[in-house]
Amino acid sequence: MSSRNQILEAIKNAQPAIKPLPVLDYTAVTPIKELISSFEQFVNAVGGRVRFVDQSAELTLEIENARQEGRLILNRLNGFSSMDEISPDLNELEKLDRVYVRGSLGVAENGAIWVEETSMGNRILPFIAQELVIVLREEELVPTMHDAYQRIRINQEGFGVFIAGPSKTADIEQSLVIGAHGPVALTVLILKSGLAVPA
Amino acid sequence: MSSRHAQLAEQFNADEARTNWHDQTLWWVRQKRDRAANTLPEWEQLRQWASDIKDHTLSNLHAYLLEFEKNALANGVFVHWAKDAQEHNRIIYDILQKAGVDRIVKSKSMLTEECHLNPYLQDKGIDVVDTDLGERIVQFREEAPSHIVLPAIHLKKEDVSNTFHEHLGTEKGNNDPQYLTHAARLHLREKFIQSDIAITGVNFAIAETGGIVVCTNEGNADMGAHAARIHIACMGFEKIIPKAEHLGVFTRLLARSATGQPITTYTSHFHRPAPGKEMHIVLVDNGRSRQLGREDFRNSLKCIRCAACFNTCPVYRRSGGHSYHTAVAGPIGSILNPNLDMKANVDLPFASTLCGSCSNVCPVKINIHEQLWKWRQVISAEGLTAPSKKIGMKLMAWVLARPGVYRFAGKTARWVTANLPFLVKNKTWNPWFKQREMPEAPKQSFQEWYKKQQRS
Repeated sequence: MSSRNQILEAIKNAQPAIKPLPVLDYTAVTPIKELISSFEQFVNAVGGRVRFVDQSAELTLEIENARQEGRLILNRLNGFSSMDEISPDLNELEKLDRVYVRGSLGVAENGAIWVEETSMGNRILPFIAQELVIVLREEELVPTMHDAYQRIRINQEGFGVFIAGPSKTADIEQSLVIGAHGPVALTVLILKSGLAVPA
Repeated sequence: MSSRHAQLAEQFNADEARTNWHDQTLWWVRQKRDRAANTLPEWEQLRQWASDIKDHTLSNLHAYLLEFEKNALANGVFVHWAKDAQEHNRIIYDILQKAGVDRIVKSKSMLTEECHLNPYLQDKGIDVVDTDLGERIVQFREEAPSHIVLPAIHLKKEDVSNTFHEHLGTEKGNNDPQYLTHAARLHLREKFIQSDIAITGVNFAIAETGGIVVCTNEGNADMGAHAARIHIACMGFEKIIPKAEHLGVFTRLLARSATGQPITTYTSHFHRPAPGKEMHIVLVDNGRSRQLGREDFRNSLKCIRCAACFNTCPVYRRSGGHSYHTAVAGPIGSILNPNLDMKANVDLPFASTLCGSCSNVCPVKINIHEQLWKWRQVISAEGLTAPSKKIGMKLMAWVLARPGVYRFAGKTARWVTANLPFLVKNKTWNPWFKQREMPEAPKQSFQEWYKKQQRS
């Protein structure tokens, strides 16, 4: 008998009589009313920062200015400045100063943002850049992780990730250091409600 | 050796200042957990849900594993099954050989520690680089992680500085954590980019979608998995949860319980390999089906490896992770390891005061302290307790069953303590006195006092 079948057989014999799956009644979850202020508070708490964008031209200008200053920028945003191709060479991606990607949902209780593969272009992009900028719309905030998982489909794409702040570690004497392996900074740009984005 | 934990703890305690630092630091982490938990009025409800979801899953594991396998295969992922540690290691080596790869990066996976994957691969000439900062530090020092979430918590920054000076050429005497972390960042980014294969652990595997979730703060699992051509994820089969919806419950509990963070920096959901790449999942039993069949110990398999029980445990905090001489230390390790090898781990269920704090903080409501007590009974019934403990217990039972002897023994003890104190206050003859003060001997026993009261 294959290992697979042996393991499955052993589990079948060992598992107890079926116990019911609980029904999760989310009325027990404390509501969060001020989504934006809670989200901002938690992004700050996890080491990131939040900026609000009133005019789409502001963001386009920011990207173009950074490019002119000679910084290595990779823009994956549709509708703001031009979109960049992604080099397959990791050594080149490793040098990127800043990457712009579109997030699809933000969570008010912890500052986490859901980012999917398509908006990254390459899965490694949000991790390998020195600085990450994620763009969200004000309307895309939800209160808790329960709401988040009801809103997203985790297998919609091959890879998706909740990102909360820049990479960090406290493995040396519990001293918090921002910038472990991934980005050393995270900025969340929130597009004001109703802001028109050029296609 | 049944007193191994006690002996190793004694070595750890030799440096009193460091022991105090260890104790206080972990207590600080425990307090951060409390603050995070207290911000959620529904905390107890979340724990109940998590516990019930895991109980249900364990009772229907056969069906959920089949569902998971079917969906993962449909996602284009290779699924492997390993009965034990040897088979797990062989499967990984086969993948490496087929790919012609001799160096890999690995993010945190306690399962691969349990299976001793690193020494196995290194024996075969494979270069294994642990990429979690704490794990890289202990790997350089040829030590084992001492904590499942904070692998290098037994070390001070001076130790890390010396280790990095030796292996990474950092400035001697520069103990700044920022500087040291940056040196590791440069070193490991190079390794990520060079590696064709990355191994990661798994925090949750979702039956309904056939995908896995990996949580890190450093981003090392993602840097490894996305840079490599082949991603191998290793998991004990108890990591299964039924539905994506349940991740809402577990992601709210995990980081708050572990470090007091509202969520880990990265909560990565892997479902399909990236175009042109390969993804493998290795499902491991290694004694888990046996534990599933032990009614008293079954629900230890609910564990989500947050280590809250470590941080709160008065014994762990003062004895250090290495005193548990196993991959998973702390209270949860003390109920998991006797299942893996009872004889080698008979000491662990006794490395506890049975105070119950572990059970109180456990996010999936495992009755850890009760299981510790039950393991003690199993170990005694198997005749595996230390002779000194066995004789001591028998002698005590004999005395307690004989009121006359008991009264005489009490009287003698009071007289000796009062008149010949050097006989009791002696570290060689009386191990109890090692870290404790002896009480003053009372003039009379309770019984003598009571009888006097009755007369007057």
